[in-house]
Amino acid sequence: MFSLGLTGLLVRRNLIFVLMSLEVMLNAAGLAFVVAGSRWHQADGQVVFLFILAMAASEVAVGLALVLQIYRRFKTLDVDALSAMRG
Amino acid sequence: MELTFYIAGAVAVLATVGMLTRLNLVHALLYLVVSLLGVAVVFFVLGAPFVAALEAIVYAGAIMVLFLFVVMMLNVGRLAAETEKQWLTPGIWTGPLILASILMIEVVYLARGGSAGLGAGELGPKEVGIALFGPYMIGVELASMLLLGGLVGAYHLGCRKAEKPEIQHDADTHERWADTSGDLVLAGTDRSARTP
Repeated sequence: MFSLGLTGLLVRRNLIFVLMSLEVMLNAAGLAFVVAGSRWHQADGQVVFLFILAMAASEVAVGLALVLQIYRRFKTLDVDALSAMRG
Repeated sequence: MELTFYIAGAVAVLATVGMLTRLNLVHALLYLVVSLLGVAVVFFVLGAPFVAALEAIVYAGAIMVLFLFVVMMLNVGRLAAETEKQWLTPGIWTGPLILASILMIEVVYLARGGSAGLGAGELGPKEVGIALFGPYMIGVELASMLLLGGLVGAYHLGCRKAEKPEIQHDADTHERWADTSGDLVLAGTDRSARTP
């Protein structure tokens, strides 16, 4: 699932798709933590998953606000078009 | 028990592939929700019911609503009625519906068969809470500070300032480089020297 998210990050050229792929990658990392914690019967994996959850929430909030600003300013969400911006 | 784990994992992966191959943002969001719910079922099968509930509530609930808000804000007034008519055709929601119904059947089966515990048994919310507020206290504080920073940053970036409208020029023309009338100022350039 992590590789799927990474592929999405590289392939898609829409900013919202990039953010969603980031979500998938974070989710996959959390899944790995929980699986490891369940394998050795430790609660630490779930604790780390909670931290990942908090981080993903704040990251998505800030990222979506940035996306809104970019859309207002450039009227596009295409990363290739945005890569030419110079202030 | 193992079979449910593999089915839920397969549903999650299939929904993620579906998300990546959709062209429409809302369809992709639909698949992403199904993927997150599949991961939640995987957590439940693995014996982590607390984390499974949090995944369903926070990820599939809150974060997806955030995404949906932004998608709807970006879509304002752009052929809204026609696209809505297109969205309601049955070919679109059958894929997520099938995957979600598989997950639903699994959840019903798990609820009837008692709680799961693949791996090394179940870890309830009690153990997680003890670990969270015992040795990981600093982490909790750091997470709270991070969330506060995210809140303030998102508000600051999201609020619409009364800014001077920036004139759009064609790319790489002389006017574009000379014009700095907007709020964005080229770093390291002297405004008075450029503008007459």
